[in-house]
Amino acid sequence: MENKELICIGCPMGCAMTACMEGGEVVSVSGNTCIRGERYARKELTDPTRIVTSSVRVRGGRIPMVSVKTREDIPKNKIFECMEKIRTVTVDAPICEGAVLVHDIAGTGADLIATKSVEKA
Amino acid sequence: MENIDVIIIGGGPAGLAAAIEAKKAGVDNLLILERDSDLGGILNQCIHNGFGLHTFQEELTGPEYAGRFIKELKALQIPYKLNTMVIEIKDKIVTAVSRQEGYVEYKAKAIILAMGCRERPRGALNIPGFRPAGIYSAGTAQRLVNIEGFMPGREVVILGSGDIGLIMARRMTLEGAKVKLVAELMPYSGGLKRNIVQCLDDYGIPLKLSHTVTGIDGKDRLRGVFISRVDEARKPIAGTEEYISCDTLLLSVGLIPENELSQDMGVEIEPLTSGPVVNESLETSQEGIYACGNVLHVHDLVDYVSEEAGHAGRSAAQYVKNGRPETAGKDIPLIPSDGIRYTVPRTVNADRMEETAVIRMRTDGVYKNCYLNVYFGADRVIHKKRMVMTPGEMEEITLKKQDLKAAAGLDRIIFRVEEQ
Repeated sequence: MENKELICIGCPMGCAMTACMEGGEVVSVSGNTCIRGERYARKELTDPTRIVTSSVRVRGGRIPMVSVKTREDIPKNKIFECMEKIRTVTVDAPICEGAVLVHDIAGTGADLIATKSVEKA
Repeated sequence: MENIDVIIIGGGPAGLAAAIEAKKAGVDNLLILERDSDLGGILNQCIHNGFGLHTFQEELTGPEYAGRFIKELKALQIPYKLNTMVIEIKDKIVTAVSRQEGYVEYKAKAIILAMGCRERPRGALNIPGFRPAGIYSAGTAQRLVNIEGFMPGREVVILGSGDIGLIMARRMTLEGAKVKLVAELMPYSGGLKRNIVQCLDDYGIPLKLSHTVTGIDGKDRLRGVFISRVDEARKPIAGTEEYISCDTLLLSVGLIPENELSQDMGVEIEPLTSGPVVNESLETSQEGIYACGNVLHVHDLVDYVSEEAGHAGRSAAQYVKNGRPETAGKDIPLIPSDGIRYTVPRTVNADRMEETAVIRMRTDGVYKNCYLNVYFGADRVIHKKRMVMTPGEMEEITLKKQDLKAAAGLDRIIFRVEEQ
């Protein structure tokens, strides 16, 4: 048995929660005020994920950078690996919003896609 | 001089939504004037996600959120001019300048002010010390990193825990900088809880509440800052000063509605919000001049900006088509009291309002386990339980036209935070 402390992000209350863990599983959650807290704690402690957003360089575009995101959320511990890959990417204009710029970034299974269109200069 | 029915000043989220709703309400002769080279306003540099949960029931990045409105605007064939700076509005004559067209004047029937807001600069803070390079407002740094592709520095201290500061703490960290700490003058953060967890806690960045920058070290380039704890009166406590080396200081210390144009034209400004005083139609103290979005009061969610701006667009369309409606009843003042700092709008008129009116407000501090109550005169008519209210999260209450009509002799509506 192990206790983990975390703060709920569901609303401005920011409940300080304690989750009781055993063998990598959440046994119980306390300190939350509503069900959203428990749901968040279970996900956050067993499979924490984030959408990563950044921007990458554009060659020959009307603006020098295009904003990007991972299409799906990726494991939290893959964020920096993902960023390292993003920093090496340069793309050519024109780019359409939603275009895949990197397939399966950092082996996460998620594609890196453009979140805006960039026309040619 | 060209005649335009509705001119919208600003092509950010407020201007876009206002124009779309005005067009849908039947105004075809309208025009957006935008000073930047793109539509979308500040959303273009807000590349993080979390926008649009209320409007689209999904999480979008800033550019994606703006993109949806721009797409609709183009489908509706709403005209706009970019790189066009409005320099004066007088008697509904809008004067603008642009490189392409030079000096242009337009005569409008109605005008929607949607100029947004601006960051509070260092000069407003009285931080002693030299003026070295390396001190930026958080939004400037955001633009440099996300749009221009430059990193302002490698070792960063952030003053102010507003959302832009928190977002930039994560952004700079992801780009390889070391963010040493975020100092917040107040005993609570002005940012969303979610941002504190996902932008600071995720990366082990300390948040020092009740702390401020009391000194700047470095003459040509920033070398470090002095941080001190402050007392309840927000005065630095002697002996608590510590030195933090850094090459970059980001300021995220508040936003101020950008009302130079409004003030020059004589629109009445509410000191508590720094935005125009408006009625239930979002009409300012001048007939046919409307305001919406961050120029009216600073919002925390863009979804509410879009909703509010849509309302301003409908009001302006109504005015252009039918003129100012005759009203039998008078404008009823909305009075913020007991913990409520301000309300927008400041008056409602039951004859003029749509079926409902959304009243937005902020509290003056953190309140837990309390009620947000609304009184028609002495009668409590709305009673809403709140687990917590903080100044960083805008509250809203919806008033119904039928309730106002039914309340005979109603002369004021009071908003209070109470224990029961």
